[in-house]
Amino acid sequence: MTTYSPGEIMASVAARELGDGEVVFVGIGLPNLACNLARATHAPNLVLIYESGAVGALPERLPVSIGDPALVTGSLMVCSMADVFQCILQNGLIEVGFLGGAQVDRWGNINTTVIGSYQRPAVRLPGSGGAAEIAIHAQRTVIISRLNPRAFPEAVDFITSPGHRARGGTRKDLGMPGAGPVKVITDKGILEADPESGELVLTALYPGVEANEVRAGVGWPLRTRSELGCVEPPDARALHLLREVLDPQRLYLKG
Amino acid sequence: MDSKVVSMSDAVARYVHDGDTVVIEGFTHLICFAAGHEIIRQGRRNLTLCRLTPDLIYDQMIGAGCARKLVFSWAGNPGAGSLHAFRRAVEGKGDPIEIEEYSHFGMVARFCAGSAKLPFWPMRDYAGTDIPAVNPQIRTVTCPYTGEQLATVPALNPDVTIVHAQRSDSNGNAQIWVMLSVQKEAAFASRHVIVVVEELVDESVIRADPNRTLIPGMIVDAVVVEPWGAHPSYAQGFYDRDNDFYVAWESISRDPAKLRGYLDEFVCGVADRQSYLAKQPGLMERLGADERVCAGVNYGY
Repeated sequence: MTTYSPGEIMASVAARELGDGEVVFVGIGLPNLACNLARATHAPNLVLIYESGAVGALPERLPVSIGDPALVTGSLMVCSMADVFQCILQNGLIEVGFLGGAQVDRWGNINTTVIGSYQRPAVRLPGSGGAAEIAIHAQRTVIISRLNPRAFPEAVDFITSPGHRARGGTRKDLGMPGAGPVKVITDKGILEADPESGELVLTALYPGVEANEVRAGVGWPLRTRSELGCVEPPDARALHLLREVLDPQRLYLKG
Repeated sequence: MDSKVVSMSDAVARYVHDGDTVVIEGFTHLICFAAGHEIIRQGRRNLTLCRLTPDLIYDQMIGAGCARKLVFSWAGNPGAGSLHAFRRAVEGKGDPIEIEEYSHFGMVARFCAGSAKLPFWPMRDYAGTDIPAVNPQIRTVTCPYTGEQLATVPALNPDVTIVHAQRSDSNGNAQIWVMLSVQKEAAFASRHVIVVVEELVDESVIRADPNRTLIPGMIVDAVVVEPWGAHPSYAQGFYDRDNDFYVAWESISRDPAKLRGYLDEFVCGVADRQSYLAKQPGLMERLGADERVCAGVNYGY
């Protein structure tokens, strides 16, 4: 039986979320691996857009930052950040956006701003970057985050990027164009937003994982879809690409 | 046309004053560390520092005591860790600074308004986030055509913007290629503009390829020729990003004594950029860019 790390199955599962020809707003880390894995396998026509302005990027090396020079060389277009946010994102052209964060709550709200109070934080995190507007405008978003109850509280300390229900209002109430976080890819299984309420529910487990292990990593009484799916493990080709081509130094796959 | 070429020391002495609102832009690419270091050397105080990503340069300036306030949208060290001088200042573990926080789009929109001399910029953003609750500068307006409620951010018109560019002529007609960040909008929004270049070229070089000019000389006050002036950031076509230094910054900035030691040795302990580079032999061999030259286009008619 093939063995794989949590990072490897997360990147593989995230890659499967991307359809060929889709336009995706890429983040650094696992989302970048997922997008490039998808491009190398089932989605050769995926259009990678980075907030630094690279459109149709074909990075030859693993980008360490979202503004890596390898994102530009050989890309289709480089535009200013005003164009990225206005002509591309606010214009509705982004089909999929990847998001992550220190905290993800029951409604898919994400906190990347502070742990504790804003005025005197216990931990000051980097802040929004482009995440708030990606969460609002991308036609759908996919969250990638490892389970533990502190990372998945009932309610985040600060809503940086809105999910399905923020401070009592729904996305529709608040006039948000995108559908919000449709899936959360964790290291043990997949949560999906309930189509009615927007609450995150457990819908699929990774091979060998019990539902209780996922519940133990979530800080609210996690509901479970009646028929739980079983996620296919990464195949040999995906593992080869991740290990030998996309992240040979294991910058993002470790652990 | 008179030359605007001056030394970095003269440019900073003339255009950066205590209490000013200062922008050193560049998203990962073309961040002018040489200017930040000179501002530290000249002991500027009470600055309002604005950038989308404060990056290592503003962490150093905060650590050196230059900043009263930080206006930003993402304060981290990408892929490597935190900006610890910034974190100490806001987590109550060091001299405090005031912060004013947006998202990237919000900061970009502030520069767009500033560059167009409009008081604010409308955008479809911030609904459902807690960011406006902690930043009263983010407000709303009702669209007079559709009735839709839109978010607004106020214009940002800095006292001075410092832009690193690959090349310019002596009048400051500056050409930038690949990642353009928000350099153009920040420069047009600013009362004064300092352009820092890897290479000074003749006006004929600029005129041969005007589509590549991002900033016209007419808004530029001073031109500083400072090769490798963006290190450890990068200048495409000249040198790669020094990712090793970005990783090393995590442990330097985490320890206030180490941070002080870094500033003493590599910023205050050197007279200028050339001395900074002389302390780091092998940099050019390690980071110098390879050649990926594109063919020109026909401007004929």
